[in-house]
Amino acid sequence: MRWIKTTNHKDLGTLYLWFSFAMFFVGGLMSLVIRAELFQPGLQFIDPEFYNQMITLHALVMIFGGVMPAFVGLANWMVPMMIGCSDLALPRVNNWGFWILPFAFAMLLSTLFLPGGGPAGGWTLYPPLVLQGGASFPLTIFAIHMLGISSITGAINIVVTIMNMRAPGMTLLKMPLFVWTWLITAYLLIAVMPVLAGAVTMLLTDKYFGTSFFNAAGGGDPVMFEHIFWFFGHPEVYIMILPAFGIISTIIPTFARKQLFGYSSMVYATASIAFLSFIVWAHHMFTVGIPLAGELFFMFSTMLIAVPTGVKVFNWLATMWRGSMTFETPMLFAIGFVFLFTIGGFSGIMLALAPVDFQYHNSYFVVAHFHYVLVPGAIFSIIGGIYYWIPKWTGVMYNETLGKWHFWLSAIFINITFFPQHFVGLAGMPRRIPDYAVQFTDFNQISTIGAFLYFIAQFLMVYNFLRCALFRKGMAPAKAVVWEGAHGLEWTVPSPAPYHTFEDPPHVGDDETAHAH
Amino acid sequence: MATHAAPHASANARYFVPAPSAWPFILTAALGSLLYGVSAYLEDRNLGPLPIVVGALVMVYIIFRWFRGIALESESGQYSAQVDRTYRLGMSWFIFSEVMFFAAFFGALYYARELSVPWLSGEGAKALTNSVLWPNFENTWPSNGPAKIGGHFETVSPWGLPLLNTVLLLTSSVTITFAHHAIKEGHRRACILWMLATIALGATFLYFQAHEYIEAYHELNLTLNSGVYGSTFFLLTGFHGMHVTLGTIMMISITGRLMFGHFKPERHFGFEGVAWYWHFVDVVWVGLFIFVYIL
Ligand code: HEM
Ligand SMILES: [Cu+2]
Repeated sequence: MRWIKTTNHKDLGTLYLWFSFAMFFVGGLMSLVIRAELFQPGLQFIDPEFYNQMITLHALVMIFGGVMPAFVGLANWMVPMMIGCSDLALPRVNNWGFWILPFAFAMLLSTLFLPGGGPAGGWTLYPPLVLQGGASFPLTIFAIHMLGISSITGAINIVVTIMNMRAPGMTLLKMPLFVWTWLITAYLLIAVMPVLAGAVTMLLTDKYFGTSFFNAAGGGDPVMFEHIFWFFGHPEVYIMILPAFGIISTIIPTFARKQLFGYSSMVYATASIAFLSFIVWAHHMFTVGIPLAGELFFMFSTMLIAVPTGVKVFNWLATMWRGSMTFETPMLFAIGFVFLFTIGGFSGIMLALAPVDFQYHNSYFVVAHFHYVLVPGAIFSIIGGIYYWIPKWTGVMYNETLGKWHFWLSAIFINITFFPQHFVGLAGMPRRIPDYAVQFTDFNQISTIGAFLYFIAQFLMVYNFLRCALFRKGMAPAKAVVWEGAHGLEWTVPSPAPYHTFEDPPHVGDDETAHAH
Repeated sequence: MATHAAPHASANARYFVPAPSAWPFILTAALGSLLYGVSAYLEDRNLGPLPIVVGALVMVYIIFRWFRGIALESESGQYSAQVDRTYRLGMSWFIFSEVMFFAAFFGALYYARELSVPWLSGEGAKALTNSVLWPNFENTWPSNGPAKIGGHFETVSPWGLPLLNTVLLLTSSVTITFAHHAIKEGHRRACILWMLATIALGATFLYFQAHEYIEAYHELNLTLNSGVYGSTFFLLTGFHGMHVTLGTIMMISITGRLMFGHFKPERHFGFEGVAWYWHFVDVVWVGLFIFVYIL
């Protein structure tokens, strides 16, 4: 009952993180099914229909069940501790936002057991294909509605907490960057999740109530769905990466033992990225036949995003420049992030070039691109953040040697998995197809082997985190200031942090910076 | 960095921390049951009405309990100025999310009128679609598309019921403002009377809208099935109507609270939140009246 009824931000943060852990596992198993099928050309294990269900559910589970809840869980734990208050502003709503998730995913995954199986039209849910789904269709739509409620309530809670609950003296430009990036992320969530809800509602009425939004015969247009979907979809990808930027901006200064280079330019860069993310959506649609002016506009606006993103990458590098660096596990993941996310960023610029996207579109190059920003991007930051803060949460140190092994194996295997996909993609292998031409075999086999090894390597992390969370006997206790170079309010309380971190708000003086110093 | 507790703070008065609560969990379970029941119904899988009915009833009950709990917490003085700000900010952001929800449907309307229907008629670079598939289709609005889905239909004239409804809703925004001034000056009775007037205006609006829908279906052959015009018309006005219904229920509940003696002249955010919501619903209607009915 404690876990069902809890309104405590730490309890709920823990629930969010466990849930996302479980979903990463489920989504990961699905990706292994996909990779196993792609080990050889021809059909090996599963039929194409099931393959399509796997890629669709893999993506929905990873995005809405893995990455997003993980970031919300981190925000639950860290935002109140970083701004110096006792809990989130709306604790009961917080509980609601979490408990929607298991119900929504039970609904979504139950479709696998229905006649006709799960949704198979791809996570982008394009009509008319998605409208041909069977019994899984309305369940998928309603699951997305529920996830939308969860995200919106969670985001409102975080915005309100940050705007209203900061300790005295914690002015906006003293907030740690993780808080800043989450503030902007939450704004994006509130702005675009309702748009997704509207889009899928139109799908629902098109299928069951005779409307013609996406039906050309009735004056609508399937491409209209793509516009509305990607108006949500592109900000969504920043929802999955801005909090990651915040985590990296917290970890690097700690282990470089220097103040973050260009704090305020980081804030402005984040805000510019968020603004630009609303006006680039049609870069996902260069090949559907949008007007030439549209191609140009969306190409240039997309390339513009590289500017604030570049500002960030250079700031991280400048922070490390001549720092007295040490390489504990969180720092390794942060540096891995900077390198590998940047690779994903570069392939993104290539995809932004409308003329060449006609070649790359819907190929494995795209799969390689977004997995570089999602796995060694978003997921490395989540893992790094957990290594960084778990001593504060649990009061014990994780095993550093295993942590380092975990990093190196992950970093190597993830590149083995996804780097070859650039090549097969450029050579013309399409995504979302269970079979391929024989000349792509070698690279696909490498990729599949990498994926299985990556998956296995994650058990080092499972072991490490389970020890900290549940089986603490024999683990070294953590100090209050776990990392020598760490700054910020969360390090002023003991480890493990008390249930209500700050019963009385701390005071942040004028001459002090609350962000990493 | 140095931290020191702010000197005047006392542990428990500082933050309002609610006790653990099972409401959210039950609410979610009920919502899940409702939605699962509806999806089974849509796909003709026979689960019967039970999950839907039970889910809906439990939801209504929990929402009632939850808001009643908040009202009691507020009336017993547990809320500090900080909690008051929390609710204000929370409500503002919630309304912003609602604005974005409507934006999706207004966007669809814009797209249909400015892009998809003209393209189907051969404008822009889309000449071939038109000449190969539907050579006789012309760009007109209202339109049910080149296949004339749903058959010939007529539109609702803006200058009859819709105009009347505009007047009703605009008036109701004025009456709720009078009610707000009354509570601020401590005239509880006047406030209740103005609220009753506002509720009556909202309910009349809904009555006329139902009337309009019946007329559209039976006399104008304007239905959900009338191509993209019918789709945008009914989804926009329909979702707006649902929001009016919700707003009216919210107004009824705060009027009840006023009768029980809740709210003080200087602190009554429960009231103001509902008023904000009502103004929002009103503004959306003005947008609808212009873009759906007149233009
Ligand atoms: C190591 C872990 C992962 C592996 C091995 C993996 C593997 C794959 C593969 C092989 C596909 C493409 C299948 C195809 O197009 O035929 C795919 C699709 C996809 N994956 Fe992953 N994935 C992993 C992690 C993730 C994560 C963490 C996310 C998101 C947060 C993600 C999001 C997606 C999306 C959005 C698609 C596109 C689905 C679609 O086409 O509709 N993946 N994944
Ligand atoms: Cu995009």
